[in-house]
Parts: sequence; structure tokens; C-alpha cells
Amino acid sequence: MNVLDTGHGELIQPPDMDAFREWNRTHKSRKLEDKLMDEHEAIARFVTDGSYIGTELYGTVRAPMSLVREVVRQKPKNLRLAAQGALDLDLLLAGGQIDAIEIVYYGLEVYGVSHIFRRAVESGQVKRCVEWSNASFTWRLKAAAMGVPFLPVRSLLGTDTFKYSAAKVVEDPFTGSKVCLVPALVLDVSLIHVHRADRYGNAQIEGINGLAYDYARASKRVILSAEEIIDTDEIRRHPDRTVIPYYLVDAVVHAPYGSHPGETVYSYARDEEAIREWVNAAQTPESTAAYLDSYVYGVPDHAAYLERIGSARLDDLRRKAEAHR
Amino acid sequence: MSEPNKDYSATELMICVAARLMQDGTTAFIGTGIPMLAAALAQKLYTPNLIAVFEFGGTGALLDELPLAVSEARTFHRAIAASGLSDIMEIAQRGFIDYGFIGGAQIDPYGNLNSTVIGSYDSPTTRLPGSGGANDVGSFSWHTIAIMRHDRRRFVPRCDFLTTPGYLTGPGAREDAGLPAGTGPLYVVTTLARLGFDRAASCRMTIDALFPGVTKQEVIDNTGFELLIPDHVPTLDLPTVEELRVLRDEIDPHRLYI
Repeated sequence: MNVLDTGHGELIQPPDMDAFREWNRTHKSRKLEDKLMDEHEAIARFVTDGSYIGTELYGTVRAPMSLVREVVRQKPKNLRLAAQGALDLDLLLAGGQIDAIEIVYYGLEVYGVSHIFRRAVESGQVKRCVEWSNASFTWRLKAAAMGVPFLPVRSLLGTDTFKYSAAKVVEDPFTGSKVCLVPALVLDVSLIHVHRADRYGNAQIEGINGLAYDYARASKRVILSAEEIIDTDEIRRHPDRTVIPYYLVDAVVHAPYGSHPGETVYSYARDEEAIREWVNAAQTPESTAAYLDSYVYGVPDHAAYLERIGSARLDDLRRKAEAHR
Repeated sequence: MSEPNKDYSATELMICVAARLMQDGTTAFIGTGIPMLAAALAQKLYTPNLIAVFEFGGTGALLDELPLAVSEARTFHRAIAASGLSDIMEIAQRGFIDYGFIGGAQIDPYGNLNSTVIGSYDSPTTRLPGSGGANDVGSFSWHTIAIMRHDRRRFVPRCDFLTTPGYLTGPGAREDAGLPAGTGPLYVVTTLARLGFDRAASCRMTIDALFPGVTKQEVIDNTGFELLIPDHVPTLDLPTVEELRVLRDEIDPHRLYI
């Protein structure tokens, strides 16, 4: 194939599809095994120094915040990050554990740009950055999920987003026209928050599934946090609802309100006050450190975090979510 | 339209003008922020069958309340479908998205947009969020409509970083780059005017219509490059009392954007 142009972004996680097949053969049990464990054990076992990690869905929406706070507490070093969202990424970046970022969208939407991200990039703290778009990123995951080394796509073309990506433009061998190729992205670890899972890792998600379907299939390790742990009979009664089957999953952590201060649709609404508290704290390094001391390092686990937030406030968020049905 | 109201802000009129561009019975990609307000306003007043498409999976939501994120519950409230990011991007890539509404920090004469960095990439003065879905919306939508404030910092001869493709370097450039044929920017709605593009020839930005009380000269003075200016430029209607009531009381009562 005739390569016409090459983005000069770093290929932070070079794809090796035979290695991925071999991994799935040797490291992913087909047995129904109990994977229920606490967050400390899940992160300690599967997130190691240098891991390439991804978090789903999108910052304030069904993001695995309880798992992220545990990653920050355990401080694995030199993590590489697929960055789409913000609240989750902000905590990891503020924890000083990120070495490289593949940037898809890193912002707070209604609250504007992320101060944490700005400081990290503008000061040169994080030097390895690569640009992607939502479509090219999700199709990199899809390529990995398909077990192929790349996919042809029709975005990125003609732009600096391409130039600072690790994609290539080639001549389509069938038609002769230009097409962009994006490399498969196999993540070391995905952290995914779901509505329900059984103890083997069969998982259901309500509402949009965002990137969960592809993340789970593109990852060597999957750590699930679940609002509710359900019986496998419940999974078998509605097999059409299984978005993530057990054999993709390595750990299942019970985490009610696991995406707080963000929302989990139909279960609880965004905690606007708590989101604003973070946005304000993020404005200076000092107030960021104070926030982390209070809400991350200062609590041993998610249960203690929820106690700090208080049940009255959490009940209120649950009531607000009823309006979204 | 109902009677006009002279007491309004430029942001409010920008939202009203964008809302009036929405077409009933079409699909529209709705980016985060101002496009969400315009889509909600259009759906309540003008285009009840506007199919709002949100990139993370919401298709055809009823926008009773303003979404605060492109993946939150309100983006698929009483929607037709709730799928995921790949599904929506695949729909777009195969030609199902009629209009894409997006924003940006900088725009150039060809409608190229920047939402990645101000300054140089390697040592930026401001690091912005990055493409997100913007590059894809600008690549795949049949028509792209940008909505942004109008000043010389934003309307620049050349974007510091070309995040999202407009007409790139001019006629034929999108097709030469391999982008889908027959696509590109249609309008830019600003706080001063509705701008268009000379799509038949140069692909450069034109003044299409002025906001009430705004002169051609004001638009020129606030634009960092040469605009094409037709002899006759119409003036847009003021926001109506009804538009402002719906916008202020129903869509953004907490004044998050307006």
C-alpha cells in the first residue's frame, strides 16, 4: 500500500495483534470464576507501573470515579492515558502519575477548560501528547476489538489533528482515493463503571453505552465497578442486556454511587455542587492538593468517601435521577 | 414569528439565529455548549421533529431540559435510540448527518476551526480540550454550522492549529485530502452576523446577514481577515418575545450560558 502521509505523533501503544490473541488465549479464563473483590485488591493486582489505562464513559457520566480515586491512592507510576472526559483524568493527572496522554477531548464542557490539564501541558509536566478525534479513537478500539491491526477512516484528513496523531494517509488499493488508517489500540487496563454485574463479570449498562462495548473488547485487563451485584440467573433471564460478557473481565468491584460526583443514568443525577467544588479546587496547585487530601488520600476507601458525602445528599441525587426516565 | 423584543444580549440573538437555521425532519449533530441551547430552542418553537444526535449515543432526544454534557441523561431523554460512540460516528461517516453544529476558539477564512491549542503546539499559551467529535463532525456532516463569538482573536487569517476541517485551503481541497465529497461549512453564526461561504468559487467567508443595529464596518473591524461582502446584505430579525421567554425561562433558567 502506498503511504502518502504520516502523522508525527508518537505511537504510544504499538499494536501487536498476535500478542493480543496469545494474551487472550493464556490470560483470559473461560471458566465462570468468582472475581468479586474490593477496589484495593483490583487496582493493586491489575494496574501496574507503566500501564496504559482507559476510563469510560465521559468525566461526569458513568465514569469509574471510585476506582480512579483508588488508583490515585495507590500511586502506580508512569501511567499512559487515553484521555476523553475530565473529572476522572483530572484526578489521575493531579496525582502526578501520568507520563503520556492520547488526547481525544479533555475538557469540563459547561465548566470550560480543565485547569489541571492546562497546567500539566503548558508547564511541560506532560511532554508526550498525541491528538485524536472521537471517531478515530473509537475506531482504534474497534480495530483492537476486531483483532485487526488498523482500520481505514474518513476523518482526520487534511488537518493538524492528523499531523499530531499517529495515523497514516494511504492510497486506497481498491479505488485509488486517499484514506486515513488508524492503528488498533489495545489497552493494558480498562476501568468501566456499570449498572449491574454478576460476580463473574457479566455486565449490564442502561442508557447509552458510550465506549464501554469497545473498551471492554480492546483491553487486556478489565476492572468493573458496579452499582449493584446481581445473581447470574438475572443475567441469564435477559442475555440480550449483557454488554460485557464475563470472559473479558478480571475484577468486579461493588461500588454504589461509583461515578459520584458524576451521574449514573436512572440511578442518580450529577452532583452539581460537588462537581463545582472540584472545578474550583483545581484552579491552583494548593487547593488541588487540599482537595486530594480531603477526598482521596484522606479516605481509606469508597465506603468512607460516601460517608463523607452523606446519605441525605446521595438520596437526593437518586430522587433527581427519576426525572430522567 | 411573534413580536420582537429589543432587550436582548448578543449571545441570546446568536442562539436564536442558530435555532432558526435548524430544519424540521433533519438530523443535526449537536456539540456541547451553545449548539445545545439552539437545538432546544428550535425543537420547542420551530422544528419539533428535529432529530438531535449526540455523539455518545443519544439519537432523537426531546430536549425538555438543557444537557450539561454530550453524554448525560438529557441527551437521550425520551429519545428514539440510545447506542454508543462508534454507532453514531458510523452513521455520520455513511452520510446520515445533515447538519453539524459546533464551536471553536479560532476560525479562518475557509471555515477551518481550532479547538486544540493557542500558540505553538509544543509550548502553547493555552491548551484547549482538543478535537473531541469536532474533527469528525466537520469531516462527515453534509453541512457544518459553526457558532462563536465574533472578535479579531477568534477570526484569524490562519488558525494556530487546524483541528477541524472547513474548506482547508480552498476549492477542491477537501476532496483532494480524501474527505467525503459534497461536504463543508455552510454558515458561521456569531455575535454580530450570520456569515456564509462563497461555495461556488473561492470557498471564502462572506457576510450573509447582519444582526440588527450592526454595520458592515463593525463586522469588518472585528474580523482578522478580509471578508467577501455582497452589495446587499440583509438584516436579521430581532429575537422575538417568545424566543427570549423560552430561552430564559425554560432552557437556561440558571443562566449557565446566557
